[in-house]
Amino acid sequence: MIAFVLRRVLASIPLVLGIATIVFFLLSLAPGDAASLFVSPNITPEVLEQMRRNMGLDQPVHVRYFRWMSAMLRGDFGISFSRNQPVADIIVQILPNTLILSFCAFLLAFTAGILVGVLQAVRQNRLTDSSLSVVGLFFYSMPSFWLALMLILIFSLGARNLWGWPIWFPASGMTSVEYPFMSPVEQLRDRVAHLVLPSVSLALVLAAGIARYMRGSMLEVIRQDYIRTARSKGLSELSVIFKHALRNGLIPVITLFGLYLPFLFSGTVLIETVFAWPGMGRLVVDAIFQRDYPVVMAGTFIFAIMVVVGNLVADVLYALVDPRIRYD
Amino acid sequence: MPLLQVEDLSTYFSTDAGVARAVDGVSFSIEPGETLGIVGESGCGKTVTSLSIMGLIANPPGRIIAGSSIRFRGRELVDLPEKDMRRIRGNRIAMIFQEPMTSLNPVFTIGNQIREALTLHRGIGRSEARRVGIELLREVGIPEPEQRFAEYPHQLSGGMRQRVMIAVALSCEPELLIADEPTTALDVTIQAQILELLADLRGRRGMAVLLITHDLGVVAEVCDRVLVMYAGQIVESGTVDEIFHRARHPYTEGLLESLPKLAAGGRRLHPIEGTVPNPVGWPTGCRFSSRCPYSWDRCEAYVPPLLATEDTNHLSRCWLEDEPERRRTSAGAGSEW
Repeated sequence: MIAFVLRRVLASIPLVLGIATIVFFLLSLAPGDAASLFVSPNITPEVLEQMRRNMGLDQPVHVRYFRWMSAMLRGDFGISFSRNQPVADIIVQILPNTLILSFCAFLLAFTAGILVGVLQAVRQNRLTDSSLSVVGLFFYSMPSFWLALMLILIFSLGARNLWGWPIWFPASGMTSVEYPFMSPVEQLRDRVAHLVLPSVSLALVLAAGIARYMRGSMLEVIRQDYIRTARSKGLSELSVIFKHALRNGLIPVITLFGLYLPFLFSGTVLIETVFAWPGMGRLVVDAIFQRDYPVVMAGTFIFAIMVVVGNLVADVLYALVDPRIRYD
Repeated sequence: MPLLQVEDLSTYFSTDAGVARAVDGVSFSIEPGETLGIVGESGCGKTVTSLSIMGLIANPPGRIIAGSSIRFRGRELVDLPEKDMRRIRGNRIAMIFQEPMTSLNPVFTIGNQIREALTLHRGIGRSEARRVGIELLREVGIPEPEQRFAEYPHQLSGGMRQRVMIAVALSCEPELLIADEPTTALDVTIQAQILELLADLRGRRGMAVLLITHDLGVVAEVCDRVLVMYAGQIVESGTVDEIFHRARHPYTEGLLESLPKLAAGGRRLHPIEGTVPNPVGWPTGCRFSSRCPYSWDRCEAYVPPLLATEDTNHLSRCWLEDEPERRRTSAGAGSEW
C-alpha cells in the first residue's frame, strides 16, 4: 500500500508539471499583460517599458517559462504583480479559507447525499423516493450561484427583515465586524455561522448528484444474495442496510470523491464571489483579470495538486472499503 | 408434535401481468431430525416455499395469503411480528443458499460473518464468538480455520465458501436447516463432499433438514421423505423408496424417466415435453395435464386432490388413483415418446 502511494505520488509529478506548463502557455496567449493595467495619460510609454522590464515581461515566452519553472521548483512562486507581495505569503493566508469551505461542503454533500440515496433505495418507487428524486433533480439543475442567492434571500435577508423568520445566517465574509471583541466561544460560533450558507449552497448541487449515484448503487446491492443471507441470520433491517449493504453500496460512490473535487473548486469561484468569501477562487479570478501571472500560476498549480491528491485519496479509500482491491 | 407443520401455504406475487400464484396450497410437515426433500423443476415454487418459512418474502410484491399456516414447534409463524421472527431466523431455523460465490458479503471477513449470528442470538462476547466460530469452521472441514477466520470470501473456493455458509447456518445450533439447492452451483466431486458433510452434521446434531433440489440423485442419497412439486403444488409425496420405486404421479414418472441410469446402458432418455405453465394463469384442471401422456377430459376440467395410493402416507395428485384402469390402457403411450 505504501509502495503504491509512493508510486502514485511520483507518477503525478510529471502530470502536475504538465498542467502547469499548459496553463503557462495558454495564459501567455491572452492579450495584454500586467503592465497594461497601469496604462493612463499620466504614464509615459518609457515608464511602462521599465515596468515590463522589472516584471520580466520583456523576455520572450520560453525564457520566462524556464525562469518561472526553475524558480517554482525551488519553492519560489515569485511576487504578485498586482499586490506587490510574495505569492507564497498570499497563498498561505488565503488557502486555508478555501480549504475549510470546501471541506465543509464536501462533508455535508457526502453525508446528505449518501443518506438520501440509501433512503430512496430502501423506499424505492414509493412517495419518499419519488419526491426526493424531484427535489434532488431541482437542486442538481439549478446553478449554484442562484441557489446561493435564494438561500441569502430566505435565511439572511428574509429572515431578518421580512417575515420574522427565526433562523438567520450571515451572508457575507468569514467573520462579523465585531469578531475581534468576542469571547473565544462566540468567535467559534460566529465562524461556523458564516460557514453555513456558502457550504450549503456548494453542497446542495453535489449532494443531489451523490444521492442519485448512491440510490442506484444501493438498489443493485440490496438485490444481492448476501443481503438475503444477512436477513436469514435474523439481523435487524437497520443492520442489514447500514452494515451489509452500505459498505458495498459505497464502493462506486468513492469514485465521485475524486471526480467532484475539480467541480468543487470551480464552484467555489462563484460561491466565494456571492458570499464575499476571501478564498482561492476569488484570488485566482481577480488575478486572471489583472494578468497577475505569478498568482494565476501558483493558484492553478495548487488546484492541480489538490485534484491529484483527491484522486489518490479515492484510490486509497477503495482499498480500505473493498478487500478485493489490493495495490502492490 | 412435528417440528414444522405447513398447512395450505399460498404465496402470491403481484406482477405487471397479474397475480403469480407461485406457491398455491402446499401442506407438509417435518419431524425433528428428519430430512425432507422437495424436488421439482425451476419455477415450481420450491424456493418460494422455503423463503415463506423463513419469513423472507419481500412484501410488496409478494404476500402470504390468509389461511396459510406455518407452525414451528406449534407456534404460528405466518403473522408473527418481525421482531419475534428475527429471533427464530438464523437461530432456530437457519438457511443455506444455492450460490456460495455470492451468498457471502465480499467486504467482510469470514470471521465477521460467522460471529454475527452468534453475538446476536447467543449474546456471547467477541472473543468467545471467535473461539466458537473457529470450532465451527473446523467442524465443517475447513483446513487451518484460525487463518481462514481472518480471510475474505474471495480468497476461498466455491466449495469452501459453501462450507462457510453451512458453518454460519449451524452457528446457533438450529433445529431446522433449510438447504436451498446447496450443491447446484458446485462441481460434482465437491457436491458429494458437501452432501456427505450435511448428512454427517445432521446425524451428529440431530437437526431436521429441508433439502430443496431439482436433482433426484441428491434426494435419493440423503432424504427420508420426498415431496414432488409442480406448478406451485405438491403433486406427490412419499418415502424415498416409494417415490423412486413405486412412483404414482405421471410427472414423477417423467422426472425419473429423464434421469440417466448407468445400468440401463444404451436406452434413450425421455425428457418431459413442454415447459411449466405460467404462474399468472395456471391451467384450470390438473396443472400437469397439458404435458401428461395419460391426460383425458376429466384432467382438464377438474383439479385432482392429493389421493391416497396403495402405500400409507404415499399421496399422488392424479385422477389415475381414482381410475387406475386408465394407466393400463394408455401405458403404451408413455413409452412411445
